[in-house]
Amino acid sequence: MVLADTYLPADRVARARIAHFAFGLLLLVVGTISLTVGASDVALGAALWKLAIGDPLTRMENTVLWDIRMPRLLLGLLVGAALAVGGTVMQGLFRNPLADPGLVGVGAGAGLGAILVIVLGTLLPIWLTASVGQFMVPIAAFLGGWATTLILYRVSTRSGRTSVATMLLAGIALGALAGALSGILIYIADDRQLRDLTFWGLGSLAGATWAKVVAAGPIIAIALVVACGLGRGLNGLALGEATAAHIGIPVQRMKNAAILTVAGATGAAVAVSGGIGFIGIVVPHLLRIGTGPDHRPLLINAALLGATLLIAADMIARVVIAPAELPIGIVTAVLGAPVFLWILLRRRALVDL
Amino acid sequence: MNMSSRWMHVLYAAICCAGAVWASMPLGAETGSSPQKIVSVGGSVTEVVYALGEEHRLVARDTTSTYPPEVSSLPDVGYMRRLSPEGVLSVAPELILAEEGAGPPEVIDILKEAQVPFIEVPEPYSREGIIAKIQAVGDALGVADKARSLAEDVDAKLAAAEQNAKDDIRSPKRVLFVLSTEGGRVMASGTETGADAIIQMSGGVNAATGFEGYKLMSDEAITVAAPDVILMMDRGANHDVAEDELFAMPAVSTTPAAAEKALVRMNGLLLLGFGPRTAEAVTALNQALYPD
Repeated sequence: MVLADTYLPADRVARARIAHFAFGLLLLVVGTISLTVGASDVALGAALWKLAIGDPLTRMENTVLWDIRMPRLLLGLLVGAALAVGGTVMQGLFRNPLADPGLVGVGAGAGLGAILVIVLGTLLPIWLTASVGQFMVPIAAFLGGWATTLILYRVSTRSGRTSVATMLLAGIALGALAGALSGILIYIADDRQLRDLTFWGLGSLAGATWAKVVAAGPIIAIALVVACGLGRGLNGLALGEATAAHIGIPVQRMKNAAILTVAGATGAAVAVSGGIGFIGIVVPHLLRIGTGPDHRPLLINAALLGATLLIAADMIARVVIAPAELPIGIVTAVLGAPVFLWILLRRRALVDL
Repeated sequence: MNMSSRWMHVLYAAICCAGAVWASMPLGAETGSSPQKIVSVGGSVTEVVYALGEEHRLVARDTTSTYPPEVSSLPDVGYMRRLSPEGVLSVAPELILAEEGAGPPEVIDILKEAQVPFIEVPEPYSREGIIAKIQAVGDALGVADKARSLAEDVDAKLAAAEQNAKDDIRSPKRVLFVLSTEGGRVMASGTETGADAIIQMSGGVNAATGFEGYKLMSDEAITVAAPDVILMMDRGANHDVAEDELFAMPAVSTTPAAAEKALVRMNGLLLLGFGPRTAEAVTALNQALYPD
């Protein structure tokens, strides 16, 4: 990462534009590599060559490339972009460098939903489990996350005005409540369910399937497009809500859009991949240090860099102890935390949002 | 399930439209009736494969497969509930033999999609369950005859061990199986667990019967349960809680077990594996419970 010269903000604007292409290219490269890297020795190049000269692929190549690596790549792209953009929007909305998508209650709510189904799944009516089957956990996580956000939003909205401070505090209270309910369920869980819960909390793209891509893809894509249009509003909000309103930004409408898109994008992301930490906090800060705080390019760059980092982390997760694999949350934290600390120590002043 | 297959249909339609090349893929080599490259998932299933003398056909195992010791030279495909689809496929298996509960389900679906036969072996905690397990593994490996003789052998040994364990016991001892003592809290086994079954098979009585599965027990509940013996898993010297420490815990110190310093440690897979070695486990536990 090239660090910007602090004294020349104009320079950083240009750099942010260039970064679109650089990160886009990087994403393309990392994505391609991720299709060639895995526990098995299936190679993308060899498979493409076979296609080019009209040879049939083996079943192994077909399954590994098309049913395993491809959905993983797409899911990693969607989830990484959703988490990074969610983090950027939340940090802008709350004007707080510690904010992450979890602040809208998605994390706690999704966790509660997942735990409910993992522990009490056997009590649900047969027709329900038979019809949604293995999608029980993702669906419950998404509903849990979304419901928590809506409650939080109701609580903190008085006469058409949402108070971000109330939302922050109510979020902590709701988080504690969800945590306590989860605790009760953890108490009655058996040891297998406990292991499932632990692994769910660490996140993984190992269960990536086309069905998950098809289910989460549209939600995340729509949310990302809406979120990337919030740049101008978030810039105005950096001056304070009153000032933002005076310079003509529809503050309340923007808050609605921000909260709902973040809840949708990260709710869907958490639902399909479990809890993956760190991307949402680190990516926006890295980019602000490098290319400045203007949200318009920042949001797009965050999507690109978040996707790239998550895909890269997933590659590491699946080859480092092959044929087994690590939960991806471990990889993002183990690699991300030291790098982030190092950057903070070097450029301390820049992180004051 | 329905939903998943509907998505797959939509998707395959899309694939067909997108490129005839992808759609014209061949079905690949069909596997023969007697698979030679096997991934074994689950400690007791792996033990059965070894007991059948078919270990040369194993190409990988999971993390819970730790016996016999030479199994550790095989590649490890991860924890049985968190398998990685590409990891399992990377060893080019012709059969995946899994203990009940292997997963996650979406990974199992991908493996089935890849047309690798996937056989799930039941895991009930009883003599009949062990016999059924051995026969299921034998059928899957195409060595039903060998499995039948192994099953008869195991059945006879286990029946003898159980009978032996139940003989000449004047007062059965109350046994508390302690899974962990993390943070001074005792996680113990209630009913419906492997620990509960093996205690009963070995001529003991489970001291904790008020709940199912493994739970944290309150200090008072342990006092009321009044175990004569504490049973724990042997996890290697460094992980074991010291005997003095265990019996010094307030909850445990009031029990008859503490007065007699009666603590039995056994290998976890031997004790709770429910495989060919269970007769051995029953005899060992019985002797540990009733030393004279």
